[in-house]
Amino acid sequence: MKMKKVLALGLVAMMTATVFAGCGSDAGSSKDDSSASGKVYYLNFKPEADEAWQEIAKQYTEETGVEVTVITAASGTYEETLSAEIVKDEAPTLFQVNGPVGLANWKDYCYDLKDSSLYNELTSDSYALYDGDAVAGIAYVIESYGLIVNKDLLSQAGYSLEDIASFDDLKKVAEDITARSSELGFSAFTSAGMDGSSDWRFKTHLANLPIYFEYQDKGIDTTDAIEGKYLDNYKAIWDLYINNSTCAPADLASKTGDDAENEFANGEAVFYQNGSWEYANLTDKGMTDDQLAMIPIYIGAGDEAKQGLCTGTENYWCVNSEASEEDIQATIDFLTWMVTSDAGTKMLSEQIGVIPFKSAADTNNLFVLNDRDYTDAGKTPVSWNFTTMPSEEWKNGVGSALTAYAAGTGTWDDVVKAFVDGWALEYAASAQ
Amino acid sequence: MEKAIRKYWPIFVLPTLAAFCVGFIYPFTQGLYLSFCKFTTIKKATFIGFGNYAYAIRDAEFWHSFWFTALFTVVSTVLINVIAFAIALALTNKIKGSNLFRTVFFMPNLIGGIVLGYIWQILLNCVLSLLEKPLLALNATYGFIGLIILMCWQQIGYMMIIYIAGLQSIPEDYIEAAKIDGATTRQILFKIKIPNVMPSITICSFLTITNGFKLFDQNLALTGGEPAHASEMLALNIYNTFYSRTGPQWKGYGQAKAVIFCIMVIAISMIQLKVTKSKEVQQ
Repeated sequence: MKMKKVLALGLVAMMTATVFAGCGSDAGSSKDDSSASGKVYYLNFKPEADEAWQEIAKQYTEETGVEVTVITAASGTYEETLSAEIVKDEAPTLFQVNGPVGLANWKDYCYDLKDSSLYNELTSDSYALYDGDAVAGIAYVIESYGLIVNKDLLSQAGYSLEDIASFDDLKKVAEDITARSSELGFSAFTSAGMDGSSDWRFKTHLANLPIYFEYQDKGIDTTDAIEGKYLDNYKAIWDLYINNSTCAPADLASKTGDDAENEFANGEAVFYQNGSWEYANLTDKGMTDDQLAMIPIYIGAGDEAKQGLCTGTENYWCVNSEASEEDIQATIDFLTWMVTSDAGTKMLSEQIGVIPFKSAADTNNLFVLNDRDYTDAGKTPVSWNFTTMPSEEWKNGVGSALTAYAAGTGTWDDVVKAFVDGWALEYAASAQ
Repeated sequence: MEKAIRKYWPIFVLPTLAAFCVGFIYPFTQGLYLSFCKFTTIKKATFIGFGNYAYAIRDAEFWHSFWFTALFTVVSTVLINVIAFAIALALTNKIKGSNLFRTVFFMPNLIGGIVLGYIWQILLNCVLSLLEKPLLALNATYGFIGLIILMCWQQIGYMMIIYIAGLQSIPEDYIEAAKIDGATTRQILFKIKIPNVMPSITICSFLTITNGFKLFDQNLALTGGEPAHASEMLALNIYNTFYSRTGPQWKGYGQAKAVIFCIMVIAISMIQLKVTKSKEVQQ
């Protein structure tokens, strides 16, 4: 009996030793490989652009002989995938963060890009993400969002784009369409779905507006205690969305992003809050440039005559500082090629959107062009301040409260509580 | 043969033992160590002591999800086992097409949890919408009932198969003898069938209890913990602790919760095994 125990223990020890030895030798050999020539491993965030990345990677390898691997994380699992991938021996050399809050998790892994050729290609310093003085991330796409309008339906209802220049105008038009919706055959707004595939349009993007105007008033660009000065405006626009929509407010909890997109593409509603990334989806569904336009989301705050689309970025490239020198250099070379060569810039502007680099190719994305027109007409774009939202948890809290308010199982006070108190709580929690 | 086994047993045990060590012992030990650390990735962990456990124990949401999970486990274990046993009884009664029924009841078990969660979410939301009641994501009670319906639907078939196997292994002579002695159907059920299927009851209740505690996919897909964490179960709570905030401390808190969770599940299933095992009879 005793013999058996000894034997068993011996076996366990032996096996554990093999396991560890296995890990050890692996690590050794891969380091040798990487010192021979640099390699690039990009952990891509945008599933919709996966195919384009694979192609461009192949093309780069053919041109330069440098191996480029692109792996795309499944939608909504980027943080999890990155946490798992980055500890591997063959870790991503290139990954992305979504702004200052996301950077907090990964700053230990961000290579300082200040002296890199990539940084020099940026059109403005404001597109770099700083960690102290170090350049931790480089924005690679500028996007805009607002209210996408079906102009055909709007004119059928007897209005044109020029009739909407403020929140009061929008409210008047929307409520008039609702009043005549059975006669017109369509509604004002697509469903403001609060399913996980759609709720970010409201708990994050729409919530950006009250935050932006509060920051503007105070002249700040981040805060650990939001006051909620413009929450009445937030309520007004939310009420407008849910009460002039294709479905009853109580059903919003289960409406998805696809629902809203289909309603809009099928001509069931005039207005659809979304961004420039939605252009390809809408044109694929048969909508044309003549039908479409994007207008600012007016909430009745600030100087509405000067308000533009919401334009900014939450996609920053970061180079893994833990990678070998050769890999880091190879990665920077690859990115520089992406933003300077014809093939690279063409792929980025066609598949991703506007890129903030000096040699960017021009785009045919209508919503991006709309944004340019607004800026040229002297309007100020609303900046993306939702990158300063304290946490995913905060967004979920606001989303939950908005859903409950829409369905009538919660009150607006709960939304205010989740917005204002939640903000302070979450900032305190992350400072622990 | 006996002798050969006695001599070479280590070779037979080795593959499973190796898998167990690689797949369980090693990650578990590492997880245990990480629960005392702050970390973003497992390679850069800073040891901080018992702080994570202190936080986990004070976290009200964690305890809410614990009680929610416990209630769910009790209700689902009872319902699944009673219904599965009843169906197994019915289908061992030589009725026509019993093989077809067995296949049909077993089938839901072949569908993945996430898919089931979304399908049931659509179904239940339609029903709730027709009844003009708040949808699943708005009311924790409906969320709870939805989860119970979903889990029953998915697991009854599996448990039924185990019970059928148990019932079929009862020697015919026991039942025949009882019938000759004048026992009623009721008496046969409680005095002969149930004591003889105790091993199946042990394994089925073990599976349903642990499945109940560990439930994740279905919870994530069906309710996502809405409204405001009210229908969040333990595993989902741990996941959210990990990923819904940034900063190294949250991974540590999540890890500490995961260790507490693991110990609780082990303790509860040990007690259950002991209790039901003691009721098993030797044939």
